Amino acid sequence: MELEYTLERKLTGGIRLLANKTQSTATGIRRGFVPRQVVLALKQHRGSPAVPVVAVGDEVRKGQLVAAPGSPPSAAVHASTSGRVRAIEERTVPGGKGLERSLCVVVEADGLDQPADLAPPGWPATREERLRVLRDGGLAGLGGAVFPTADKLAVSGECKALIVNGAECEPYISCDDMLMREAAPEIVAGALAMADLLGAPLCIMAVERDKPRAIEALAAAARAVGDPRLRLAEVRTVYPAGGERQLIELLTGEEVPSGGYPIDIGYVCQNVGTAYALARWLDAGEPLIARVVTVTGKGVRQPQNVLAPLGTPFAELVALCGGYTDDVARLVVGGSMMGYAVPDDDLPVTKAVNCIFAAGADEVRADEDEWPCIRCGDCASACPAGLLPQELLSAAEAHDMEDLDALGLFDCIECGCCDVVCPSQIRLTERFRVAKREYALHEERERFAAETEARVKRREQRRADAERREAEIRQALKEAVRHDPESGRKAIEEAVRRARERREQGREPD
Amino acid sequence: MLSAAVILGGLAVALAALLVSAERLLPRRGDELTERIERLLPRIQCAQCGYPGCRPYAAAVASGAADINLCPPGGEQTVRRLAELLGREPLPLDTSRGTASLERVAEIDEDACIGCNLCARACPVDAIVGIPQALHGVIRAYCTGCELCLPPCPVDCISMVPRGA
Amino acid sequence: MQFETAPAPHAPPAVSVPQVMRRVLVALLPAAVVHSGFFGWGLMINFAAAAVTALLAEAAVLRLRGRGTRRALRDGSALVTAALLVFAIPPLVPIWIPMLGAAAAVVLGKHLYGGLGRNVFNPAMVGYVVLLVSFPVEMTQWLPPRMGDIDYRYLTFPEHLNYALGGILPPELTVDALTRATPLDLVKEGVRGGSSFAQIRTSSLFGDFGGRGWEWINNFIALGGLYLLYTNTIRWHIPVAVLAGLLGPALLFNLIDAERFAPASFHLFSGATILGAFFIATDPVSAATTDRGRLVYGAAIGVLTYAIRTWGGYPDGFAFAVLLMNAAVPLIDRYTRGHIYGHRRG
Repeated sequence: MELEYTLERKLTGGIRLLANKTQSTATGIRRGFVPRQVVLALKQHRGSPAVPVVAVGDEVRKGQLVAAPGSPPSAAVHASTSGRVRAIEERTVPGGKGLERSLCVVVEADGLDQPADLAPPGWPATREERLRVLRDGGLAGLGGAVFPTADKLAVSGECKALIVNGAECEPYISCDDMLMREAAPEIVAGALAMADLLGAPLCIMAVERDKPRAIEALAAAARAVGDPRLRLAEVRTVYPAGGERQLIELLTGEEVPSGGYPIDIGYVCQNVGTAYALARWLDAGEPLIARVVTVTGKGVRQPQNVLAPLGTPFAELVALCGGYTDDVARLVVGGSMMGYAVPDDDLPVTKAVNCIFAAGADEVRADEDEWPCIRCGDCASACPAGLLPQELLSAAEAHDMEDLDALGLFDCIECGCCDVVCPSQIRLTERFRVAKREYALHEERERFAAETEARVKRREQRRADAERREAEIRQALKEAVRHDPESGRKAIEEAVRRARERREQGREPD
Repeated sequence: MLSAAVILGGLAVALAALLVSAERLLPRRGDELTERIERLLPRIQCAQCGYPGCRPYAAAVASGAADINLCPPGGEQTVRRLAELLGREPLPLDTSRGTASLERVAEIDEDACIGCNLCARACPVDAIVGIPQALHGVIRAYCTGCELCLPPCPVDCISMVPRGA
Repeated sequence: MQFETAPAPHAPPAVSVPQVMRRVLVALLPAAVVHSGFFGWGLMINFAAAAVTALLAEAAVLRLRGRGTRRALRDGSALVTAALLVFAIPPLVPIWIPMLGAAAAVVLGKHLYGGLGRNVFNPAMVGYVVLLVSFPVEMTQWLPPRMGDIDYRYLTFPEHLNYALGGILPPELTVDALTRATPLDLVKEGVRGGSSFAQIRTSSLFGDFGGRGWEWINNFIALGGLYLLYTNTIRWHIPVAVLAGLLGPALLFNLIDAERFAPASFHLFSGATILGAFFIATDPVSAATTDRGRLVYGAAIGVLTYAIRTWGGYPDGFAFAVLLMNAAVPLIDRYTRGHIYGHRRG
């Protein structure tokens, strides 16, 4: 099979969107920025937070460990510049799906950006050792979900192929595209290291067709390496091709089982940025302390990609890009489809932040009324999960939990396609988010009700049993007294004695 | 004209007969309504409605013997859902029998408890544990907030606190 | 700096209900112009009457239901209903016919079910059927097309308006003298009377395939339909299925007996076939919503239309076929739910 190939396979649903990426790709990735302060979140990956190994007042250098991995899944956190630890306190930080609270190490930068003594960690022979190296490097998925890389690669089961995700489908975001253009050799090296770890016979790099320069760079880098496992697949430009499940469908035609993971059908997906970070760690000993962030939108003067040290405050990053324009209407972490709006810019860059989208007024939907659903079914045609959003909507409005489940509410990936195509402009995705919460609450209540009912039944049974026993004893005594008054009295005395004993032991029946 | 009248009249009679016989012959599904009502209730068997449990109350609502606003733990939301299901007007929640809420749990004041065990006996869900003459405790995860333990306590040492706290 | 937040997605919607309705109206415009060319001012007069009535009826019902009127009146759905209705009404009718039809469509067809999005039946077809069964005479008196060679006295605009408003015709004319049967009528009556299709179609009302004039109007309606397809306002499933469902049996029976059964081309170019396939059956609210469901729904409409035309009491059966299948939509939707990603197929 050729190294490069083109796939015409179509996605279930999906829509074409204006990419809005060229605003931020005119110039190369801006490097060498040193922030005045960094806020290093100890939980900037999914799983358990890292455990701080520095104290307030400590001097730290760039690349120095500030927090060791917690219990898996977890990843280490390193200082992203040099300076002094000013505080270790809880703050609000951007996570994969929304803002989270996390303990943070706040470092006052000295501006010198002095590196610690960095040496490559080596690539040990055993799998366990290699996973430990990944955890120590602070590696986590940079596509947005920030699952610790070590734990994602620690899957059991046969891996048919490692899929390196360069299908950056979300509008406005161009950080992966720029990284592929500028650092393709590192991406290829990192990807091969991951494939080694997984024992995967194939390493498929998948890129959307609207990124010709990235494809060219990756192809050149792959040819230079000449590893037979490498493949470079050009896929259709369609949203949401970059979703893990959708990309697998595009590449293989297979579907990840509902509620399952890609490895269930033999695939592991990793973002190109993660592959790059892994290569930097293995080759140069530089842990994950910076990531490419797209700063874009009509709300910022000079949209561009910045190699931002982790912990850089949004405000500093926006200032670096010329500051806000007067038009800025909304600040979004991520792109215009799945990104989440944040209330202020006093937030640090974390491993989850791929884009800061300062949207102009005409780049976001106006807060207008909805029309009633006209059942046009466009949402169903657009849904990449194959759902019927219009039916889900009516089930959600009726609070019909059974129907919501049958219609696949939890297979909704919240990609937002239905919102964009809906002529009635109904905020479907948000309704489904609310419905998911309501469903979880409902499940919890059902469970509680069932357990309560069981407890009530057990108690009633216990009482009935006790009563029955008592009645039986009484009956037996009566019988005994009638037949044989003498031994009957003895039996009564015996019973009274037993009762007294029991009372003294404090074991009174209720 | 005549034939039309005969045909339509005949149809009407035949269909009416069919409906009547269906009503008579097919099994009654009254239980189904009771079940649907019960599913809308919190089903914590607190008996604050004056019925011994949720199912008896549901049956009473289904037969029209009880109002739909007697369930304090269900709150306004349950009243609304019941009104929707039954096509009745939503009534304001009747709190005269209690103000129990699923959002709260019982808490025993450790200093005041005399270990009389009366609360544990009153608890319908075995959420209060303790041996006589010793401090009693509430298992929060089991407590339904039904407040049935409040009246028996001779020293008024039980209070209702938010579940999350 | 502080910002206001809103839930994702942030991208603005690509289309709106008024936009969809506007596209439907635009798509009908060329056909309306051609229709006026062949049959005079009737369509325009009827549309004006139906549109005003539909809007007034909508406003009145919304007010009665205690809903806001501004937004609903602007969504354009009442205008679309009026436009579809008047294409189904003969051009020369008293003005209260389109008015009554529009009122019935909006009140009975739409708002009794809860308004836009909730109606089970296609409102325009409800209005049409109410008119058809209530005023069979007025609803079957069609005009012959202005084709030059047909010996006929055409009405001027004032004459037409006079008739529409007051029922007054120029002294030398009567309605019967002005109106003609439609080709579908001729075929129905002719076959019943024992004539062969070849004999029936010698009438001057017949063109190359269907009714003269109507062939051209249908071409322009189809053009509008293609525009709707092109703009993604409708999807291909329903039009294709309707045409297949109608033309399939037409071909088959014509092959069996060309004397008694009109050819497929005649069915394609006659009556409401094209308008129905592209504009009526595709009404999103009352049609099936899944792709497979739409194929079933459309095909059933086609077959039913053929059956009513050929063996039923009415010359055209499109409206009845649509209404019948509207009633079957919940069932169709229920059994044509598609495959959900990640679930076992089958």
